[in-house]
This record gives sequence, structure tokens and C-alpha cells, in this order.
Amino acid sequence: MGFTTDLTENDVIFGGEKRLYKAILEVKERYNPAAVFVYSTCVTALIGDDLDAVCQKAAEKTGTPIIPVNSPGFIGSKNLGNRVGGESLLEYVVGTREPEYTTPYDINLIGEYNIAGELWGVLPIFKKLGIRVLAQITGDGRYNDIACSHRAKLNVMICSKALINMARKMEERYGIPYIEESFYGVADMNRCLRNIAAKIGDANLQQRVEQVIQEETAQLDAALAPYRARLKGKRVVLYTGGVKSWSIISAAKDLGMEVCATSTKKSTEEDKARIKELLGQDGIMMEKGNAQELLRVIAQTKADMLIAGGRNQYTALKAKIPFLDINQERHHSYAGYVGMVEMARELEEALYSPVWAQVRKPAPWDMEVS
Amino acid sequence: MATVTTPKKSVAVNPLKQSQPLGAALAFLGLKGIMPLFHGSQGCTAFAKVMLVRHFREAIPLSTTAMTEVSTILGGEENVEQAILTLMEKSKPAIIGLCTTGLTETRGDDMTGILQTIRKRHPELHDLPIVFVSTPDFKGALQDGFAATVESIVRELPRSGETRPDQITLLVSPAFAPGDVQEIKEIVADFGLTAIAVPDLSLSLDGHLDDSYNTVTSGGTTLAELREIGSSVYTLALGESMRGAAIALESQFGIPYEVFPSLSNLDAIDSFLEGLANLSGVPVPAKYRRQRTQLQDAMLDTHFFFGRKRVSLAMEPDLLWSTVHFLQSMGADIQSAVTTTKSPLLENLPVESVTIGDLEDFEQLAVGSDLLIGNSNVAAIARRLHTPLYRLGFPIFDRLGNGQRCTVGYRGMTQLLFDLGNVFLEQEENHTKHSGDVIDEF
Repeated sequence: MGFTTDLTENDVIFGGEKRLYKAILEVKERYNPAAVFVYSTCVTALIGDDLDAVCQKAAEKTGTPIIPVNSPGFIGSKNLGNRVGGESLLEYVVGTREPEYTTPYDINLIGEYNIAGELWGVLPIFKKLGIRVLAQITGDGRYNDIACSHRAKLNVMICSKALINMARKMEERYGIPYIEESFYGVADMNRCLRNIAAKIGDANLQQRVEQVIQEETAQLDAALAPYRARLKGKRVVLYTGGVKSWSIISAAKDLGMEVCATSTKKSTEEDKARIKELLGQDGIMMEKGNAQELLRVIAQTKADMLIAGGRNQYTALKAKIPFLDINQERHHSYAGYVGMVEMARELEEALYSPVWAQVRKPAPWDMEVS
Repeated sequence: MATVTTPKKSVAVNPLKQSQPLGAALAFLGLKGIMPLFHGSQGCTAFAKVMLVRHFREAIPLSTTAMTEVSTILGGEENVEQAILTLMEKSKPAIIGLCTTGLTETRGDDMTGILQTIRKRHPELHDLPIVFVSTPDFKGALQDGFAATVESIVRELPRSGETRPDQITLLVSPAFAPGDVQEIKEIVADFGLTAIAVPDLSLSLDGHLDDSYNTVTSGGTTLAELREIGSSVYTLALGESMRGAAIALESQFGIPYEVFPSLSNLDAIDSFLEGLANLSGVPVPAKYRRQRTQLQDAMLDTHFFFGRKRVSLAMEPDLLWSTVHFLQSMGADIQSAVTTTKSPLLENLPVESVTIGDLEDFEQLAVGSDLLIGNSNVAAIARRLHTPLYRLGFPIFDRLGNGQRCTVGYRGMTQLLFDLGNVFLEQEENHTKHSGDVIDEF
């Protein structure tokens, strides 16, 4: 569902505050949401609408949390938008309610967006271990859970860039320690579980983690064996942002694939250090990149495929290069142990599709000429 | 005659309409060697790009002046200048298509002045056509941005020349997909006429494999063709929203025009072909006489399934006009019609009422329909109402082949009849089977 005040020229001239106020009341009346998040855009920021004041007034009127997010497009990138959203959560939501009960095994997941439902492949593992995910911020998240999230014992950061401010401030305000982890790849998934158990500091839990890891990896090894044989030594170029630039390297390595280049465009310094370690000497780190640069690197490294975000899909396909979508618009979930099998299957399918030979084949009459 | 209503509410829920800049980008993408440039923040451009990529499943050239907080305060002139120079260096476009967004329209950047200053400062840009169009997000919809862009193109690029009796101009509204344009061009060519289509999406977004990578559109109407439009003997405006551009050509070059609001019903296609025959002096080719009999046969086969079906439509005015007439010509009833923006067509629609609204309005009006027709955003409503959806319009991101799809001409309409007829047929079979189960139980 999406709601907009659908501003007209008139509103731009005379201001959109009244319209916004009425809009919030209408949304509350017709859809009765747990809370309303109100985002400013380029236009409303520029005409100077007082978002915070309207939200406050509407909150008093409706008795529902109405939360302003000051996110006009011109302030920066999507990452910054994430951060701005995180700040609104800290300011208006986190710590405003109390959970019904707490356990020593309560954690929050921060910066996990449940892309293609992949979080649902990981949650059963936590459940099996007796770890309670108190709040998911914000993949498949619930307002009430996030309002209670200040009672968690540990914050687990999945995407290290955008929402790091949340983890830091929650540590400051509520004394919740945080760790940065990834759900992609066997090695990273194992490390994630071990680190959570270690941080919670419960010997029993640590033991359970080891047991679960053993079970899951044994099962996974059997499931992955046929794919590993087919994927071994295949060379990939990775082009994606932030945390994924190292976490996917790790996943690819688990499958025996070789990452010959990766982007570091949106990565933090820590991400970069990690990438360097994973890539080894010959790996190329692309600081800047456009489609042409990407194709040049693929040609130079003789890569077999490109793993990137949806917007580069056609860069690869038009150059007749196998492609795997890794960003938010994909339809497959790659997180956790189950996701690993899915990713292996998708990689194998992409690399070994019979279409590559056909789309690269010139027409017979063109061959005769040359 | 229809009553046009706009629901009085302060919030749009699940909007049906797309923005003007997106429409401008789509129109620009039908010119060869172009780079569309949004004057606004980066996110606006990225969003439009994602929509176009998902619909056409193609790489889409689209660039941005990337306005920041600072440039929003100080003015965007430098960003526009820098963007144009960078594009010239990196992509070497044959044309740049520049449009504004909500941000820069609210700021009130004087685009004509900015472009003049840039041209003065950079004589090396002398030969580069920059087509400018004003497309605020907070006004109109995709169709309006598209129409304004086509009008800018035909105002700025054509030059006058000696009339060529076999050359006509086709102005093509966004109601027509790349596959439609391909079919229409083929029909026109079969009458021995040379058509210059503006825009020509059939050469850029039809989905085809090029030999090398392109940073700008690899096909579309060429600049040379656009220059020669002044020599056309006639303008055929396809879709009512193209009337403005047709009038612009008439007033500049004295080229007469005719508007064809639809090419998806028998009468409309007949008069289109008759018009081409009169214009060219070539009788309607045997191929189309044959196709016409095939269409009539298809109408016979499918009319059982269309008769008295109640259909609800959510789409832009031009496409709505065409779809209403197509359905009514087959005996179906229009239960409700929701559209995006004003158009002189709306009042003349042969339905009781038309709503300029959102998908919330549509969901309420569509209850009890036999079929919904709209873009992919209607899919959730179709599920909730347990009513089948036939996808038409923009964006369609959950079906393949949007670049090749054709619903115009005798052949295209025949295919449309079968596609929709099959939806109805399946529905009836399910219904019969279900009733059968009930009888069995007793």
C-alpha cells in the first residue's frame, strides 16, 4: 500500500500542511494503522511545510503515533535515506513501549530487509537455538516490536552502512552492544551464530550453536555437492553496494567460485579492508563504475558471469554474459543455509543455460561472409 | 456522454498515475541517439529508470543533474551545465532531452535562460539539439508529460522543406506500445508511404540484441528524420493527446492532420486504412483484406464470451478511450472507468461516469466486475476481489514481452480478442465446473 498527498500546483503555491493534516486523519480513519510515517519530498521541503508540527498535531488528534521522516530527495542517496529513517525510529519509536516479557536471549536484527522473504529462511534457525528476535528493523518488522526493541540484549547489524547510527545510539542510550554480521554464505552464517552466542555469553547456547552448525552444514554439504562440482573455478565479477560486496564474496568462495573483481563504491573503510582480505592479491577493487567500465573489467578478467543489482542486469545480458541479481528487486532468497542452496541453484542455472551458445552464434549467412 | 468526477479526498491511496517526467523520458526514448536528462535530484531519475527497466526489460539511458541540498539553495544552472558537458564527453548523444521535475519546478529555475547562457558559454554545443520540456511532478500524469515532450520535439527540430507527397508523419501517443508502432509502420509502408514516427519506440524499446553496448538509445526516430518532418504531406495523430503536436505542425508548416483516437476496433481500423488509401492512391492491399476477414471471424468466435460482461478499467485517457470502444464493439459493458488526468476525451466516452482517481477508488468501483483491465499495480486488487486481471498500460512488471505486444490493426485486435476471450472462457469453465461440483453433492 502506498499513500500520497498528491500535491497540486495550488498546494505548491499555498502550502501543503492542511492537506497533509487531513490526509493523515483520512488514513487513520480508513485504514487504522499502528502508526503513520510521513515522508517529506523535494517539493514539500522546498515550500517549507512544517512536517514535524503537522505530525505532532495529528498525533494528538488521532492518539496514534505519527512520525515525521525528513527525507527530501536532494539531501542524498538511498543510504542516507535509510539513515534518516533510522533516526526517526530512534527519536520517535524505540523505547516508547515495553515488551510483555523479556528473555536473556533477545536480539534485534538491524538492516535486514527480508528481500524475497529471505529472513523467513533464517528465523527458524534462531528459533531452534532459543534465540528470540525481539525486533526486525525493518524487514517484516512490526511497529510494536521496534517500540520495544530497547530491551534486547544484543543488536545484530546485517547491513553495516545505512543503519549503523541506530546500533551506535542504542548502545549509548540503552547499553545494548552490537555486532556486524552477514547471513550470506556458510562461513559467515556460522560465524554470525557463534558471535551471537559468544556475545550473549551463555555456554549452553554456545553448545547448541555448535550442534546446529554441525547439523546444518552436514545437510548443506550434501545438498551443495552437485552444485559445487559444477561451479568450482568459475570466475565472477561482483558489482553491488556496501556490505554485500564482501558478504557475497564469502558466499561465492564457499561454492568454490573465484571472485575476480568487486565494487567498493558504497562500502565503508571497514568493508573495504574485509574485501581486500577476501579477494587476495589479484582481485580488482572498482571504486567507480559505470556500465562500460563494468564490461571492460569483465572482459579483462575473463569472468564467466556478473553478479550485480537489477539495474545492471541488461548491461550483462546485452553483452551476452550470464547474470545473477543480488539486490532488492530479486525474487530469490539467498540468506542463511537454505538460501545458500537457492543461490547455488540460480548460479548453476545462469552459467549453464543452453541459451548462451545460441545468442552468441552469428547467423549462418553472416558466417559465410566472414 | 460521461460525467467526469474527481473524488474529494486529501490522500491518494495506491496511485494509478505515473509522473510527467516519466512520460517525458518515455517519449524521448523513441528518438535515436538520445540521452534523456532529468533536472532534479538523483532519486527521481533512479525511480523512473527502475520503472522503465522493469516494464521493458531493457537497459534504459537516463541521466540526472543530481541536485544536492546546496545546489537546491543556490540554483541549478551549474548542475545543468555540468551534466550536459559530461554527457557530451562520455556519451556523445545526437540529442539531449531535458525535462524538469517537482524539485526544479518548485524552485522555479528559469530553464530557457539557463540554456541560453550555457549555449553562449559553450559554442562547441552549437550543433547539439537540446529539446527542453517542462514537466512538474505535481501536475498531470505520464500521458501529459509524454504529449508535452512530443510537442516540444516537433516545435524545435523540424525544418521546412519542399513537400514530399509520399511522406507522412505519425505522432504516436503512449497508448501505443513498441509492437503497435511496428505494426502501424508496416501498414503505412504497405500503402507505399514513408512514415516518420515520433516517437518511434519500435526501434528502441522493442527488445532486440545489438552488436555493441550503447550509452544512448540505439534506435528510434533519427535527427535527420526529425528535421525532415516539415516536408511531410500529412500528419496522422494516433491518440487524442497527440492533437497538440499535430496542431503545432499545422501552424508551423501548414501540414494538415487527422486524429485517430484508437486503432483497436473494426470501424477505427477501417477508417485508418481508408484514409491511407485515399492519401496514397493505393488500394487497400490484399493482405489487409484477408486480415479483416480473419478479424471478423474472430469476432464471431469470441462474441459469446464478451457479451454483457462487466469490465472495469484503470488506465490513462487515450488507452481508456481505445479500450472502451474495443470492449463495447464486442458487446461488453463498462462497469467502471478510472483514469489519471484530464482529457477532452473523457466527457465524450460512451459510459455513465469516469473517475479521475487512484486505485482505492478503482477497488471500490470494480466490485462485482467480470474482468479488470489495468497495469501490474492492479494485481493486488484482482486478488482481493477474486476477479481476473488483464494487464494493459504502464507499468507491467509481472508479464513478459511488453516490447513486442501488439493490439492494433486487424491483426493486433484479433490477437487481443483471443487473449481476452481466453480469460473469459477460462472463467466460464471454472464456473461451470464449480456449479457441477455443487450439483454432484446434492
